[in-house]
Amino acid sequence: MKPANSKKWLLLVLLPLGFAGVWGLQQRIDIQRGALHQERDEMVLRSGQLIKAMSLEYAPLMADIYWTRVVQYYGDKHARHDPNFDLLWPLLDLTTTLDPNLLVAYRFGSTFLSEPSPRGAGHPELGIALLMRGIQANPDYWRFYEDLGFIYYFELKDYAKASAAFAEGSKHPDSQIWMKVMAAKIAAEGESLSTSLFLWNEVYQTTKDPEVKENAMSHLQLLRAEQDCKQLDALADEFQKRTGRRPARVDELVEAKLLPRLTVDPLGFPYVFGPDGKAVVNIDSPLLEQQLLQQKSK
Amino acid sequence: MPSRAIEIENLTKDYPFGFLHLKKKRSLEGLTMQVESGEVFGFLGPNGAGKSTTIKLLVGLIFPDLGTARILGKPITDIEMHRDIGYLPEQPYFYDYLTAAEMLDYFARFHDLTASDRHERVARMLEKVGLETARKIQLRKYSKGMLQRVGLAQAILHHPQVVILDEPMSGLDPIGRREVRDIILELKREGRTVLFSTHILSDAEMLCDRVGVIVGGKLRGVGAPGEMVRMTAQGMEILFELPRNGSSAAAVLAKATKTGDRYRLQVSEQELYGALELLRGVGATILSVAQIKASLEEYFMNLIEADRAQATAVEVSGK
Amino acid sequence: MRRAGAVALNTFREAVRDRVLYNLVFFALLMMLAAVFIGGISIGIEELVIKSLGLSAISVIGLLIAVFIGVGLVYKEIDKRTLYALLAKPVRRWEFLLGKFGGLVLTLAVNTLAMAAGLFAALFYVKHNLERTDAVLLIAIYFILLKLTLVVALAILFSCYSTPLLAILFTSALYIAGLFVEEMRTFQFNTANPAMEALLRGLSYLLPNFENFNVMAAAAHGREIPGALVLQNTAYAALYSVIVLLVAAAVFSRRNLK
Repeated sequence: MKPANSKKWLLLVLLPLGFAGVWGLQQRIDIQRGALHQERDEMVLRSGQLIKAMSLEYAPLMADIYWTRVVQYYGDKHARHDPNFDLLWPLLDLTTTLDPNLLVAYRFGSTFLSEPSPRGAGHPELGIALLMRGIQANPDYWRFYEDLGFIYYFELKDYAKASAAFAEGSKHPDSQIWMKVMAAKIAAEGESLSTSLFLWNEVYQTTKDPEVKENAMSHLQLLRAEQDCKQLDALADEFQKRTGRRPARVDELVEAKLLPRLTVDPLGFPYVFGPDGKAVVNIDSPLLEQQLLQQKSK
Repeated sequence: MPSRAIEIENLTKDYPFGFLHLKKKRSLEGLTMQVESGEVFGFLGPNGAGKSTTIKLLVGLIFPDLGTARILGKPITDIEMHRDIGYLPEQPYFYDYLTAAEMLDYFARFHDLTASDRHERVARMLEKVGLETARKIQLRKYSKGMLQRVGLAQAILHHPQVVILDEPMSGLDPIGRREVRDIILELKREGRTVLFSTHILSDAEMLCDRVGVIVGGKLRGVGAPGEMVRMTAQGMEILFELPRNGSSAAAVLAKATKTGDRYRLQVSEQELYGALELLRGVGATILSVAQIKASLEEYFMNLIEADRAQATAVEVSGK
Repeated sequence: MRRAGAVALNTFREAVRDRVLYNLVFFALLMMLAAVFIGGISIGIEELVIKSLGLSAISVIGLLIAVFIGVGLVYKEIDKRTLYALLAKPVRRWEFLLGKFGGLVLTLAVNTLAMAAGLFAALFYVKHNLERTDAVLLIAIYFILLKLTLVVALAILFSCYSTPLLAILFTSALYIAGLFVEEMRTFQFNTANPAMEALLRGLSYLLPNFENFNVMAAAAHGREIPGALVLQNTAYAALYSVIVLLVAAAVFSRRNLK
């Protein structure tokens, strides 16, 4: 039995070695292919109808598969800070054609299609088109109106239409009270910090999607910073009234007992006063970069 | 060259069966046997006795659970040993999309022959087994007899010292059987060792120097065919005809069996001459007088019966 | 090695005389024709369609051949007992497996070449000339061949110890799994179990990753493929095939043939 035994030992040694080689090679290949920068879904067949016909009764399954593609696509692009979201719309188009009842696709899509670069594709009109399709296929789902109002309010700044969307959504028996409130508020004020805060908070609280949640959190942080800065400005004005000059540092407000303690931004960095005497986000805070990006896209 | 062509020692093989292969059936038990160089050895036994199993073990198609074997001094685990053996499997089937010439050429490539040697050997083999004219026909069109012959050809084309044939004559018509027998005899004349298995006893009697009888996975006896059976004749048989108008010897006729015009009478050796005298007296024409020999077949059947009885006894006793 | 070569050539010869193969290749060429037709009605992207569909056809047909014939390679010889006489010769079992492997790979190479010729012919018909950038198609086809080599090795492994049906299932399952292996690696695991995560991630490296060989998109668009990738993929296919064949040889060496 000796030859059999030595063969076994040989195998036991060679196999792990072989797989180690496979592991190493795979990592190198991954790097090469990453550089190759391929679109995984070079969609030669863009016709959703055609694919739907080809899928026979498996269309919803195909929709699910394409949905995972959408998530992969977005996550991949986002992680690599790649601003090119060209395929997002076709993918979502395809997914929702295959399964018009895939609610999550519409919601996710509307957010990331409308958001300006680098967060999203920067095409709010596509987001609206997607939502319209969603509403047509799912007339009972009131949240689409919320998303619609969202886009009109934040991206298109069309407060009339935004209010109308919220109003329409509020007519649904399942909808929440605040829809009506929002409709009225926006009709009256247009854009306001409190409205924005509320809407983003609503998204943050109700969504289950990690990407969407992260996005909402980011927006909330920026809004809070804005809110904080406004309050600090008001306090600075008060300070000026009292002392005749603008405060140089936020500490001075604390010393003057206008502020109970030092205020920090949502990321923990203290605010500072800029050269023009207005409160701004600390230069060390990552929030500043976000702010600049947002302002650039406006 | 070792005097023993094949040496088998305690060869044992179990076959797992049943659900999850948990049960084992012992298809070969403790086989110990030798085949001398240059002899034709017949491996006899009923179906399922273990003949094929033994041969497959020797050739390396299956692996023993216990025991060893050597062919021409080399262990059966040594691949080099295969250079000196030729093997014809049971009910051979070959690549049906190849012609006979192509198939032999293919098998010939596994032996160390030069290209010209190979061509020459293939041609000679085809002639030897009488398939020269059919060399370009695809094997799928071959009859069973032709397949057996081409199988023999591939077994011997490299002039092996030891030739192992598994049921070489099964399914052949008498002509085919004769052809195979002739080839085996020719191999013997060339000094090669032939081991073949069969359950056709007359073939064994006719060809073998020695036979080994295997029943139920165990070797029951080895020896020359004549030794295996009781040589004591069981009497004589007289074949005769009676004249049309002759007086019938009623006593004789009562014991005889009639087929057409002929009568057969079995008598003991002592009674033989008395009976002949009687028949002469009634004017019978004696056609032949022959010895009735116990045949291998009877020996066989006795063995199997004994085996079955023992198996039943074992079952009953619960062991 | 010479003996393995004899087995290989015989396997090739068997495949060539097997009519099924011709049907498949004919079907592939039909697909090329279809691609030309479809290309004709999708204006502006004819070339893209021909290249994509053509490469897909070569891949699919090749896979069918690799799996279905590959699985039968060993099984047929055992079932038909043609193997019995062969193993009595001075040939080792691993040499036999290697020969079977080589024979089918050779067959696939010839088929792929024939289909590639068909693809280029279709392309020429539509474009009326061929550019240097079309050469990248050759690399894509070479990668398909590498992928098929690995599939054949797997098919042989599974056919060594199971029935053809099971072997086909296992091989196909492993192929499909291999397509999603990359996703497994980049997937954002939400499991709270780091051990499970590590296991899955490890598995994603060890399972055969067939996506490595997929450069259809780049090839269809005429983008360049780095030479390093060619080398790495070749090494990957070779190494993985060797591993699989080693295991197959080990399994087959101790198999009792009924």
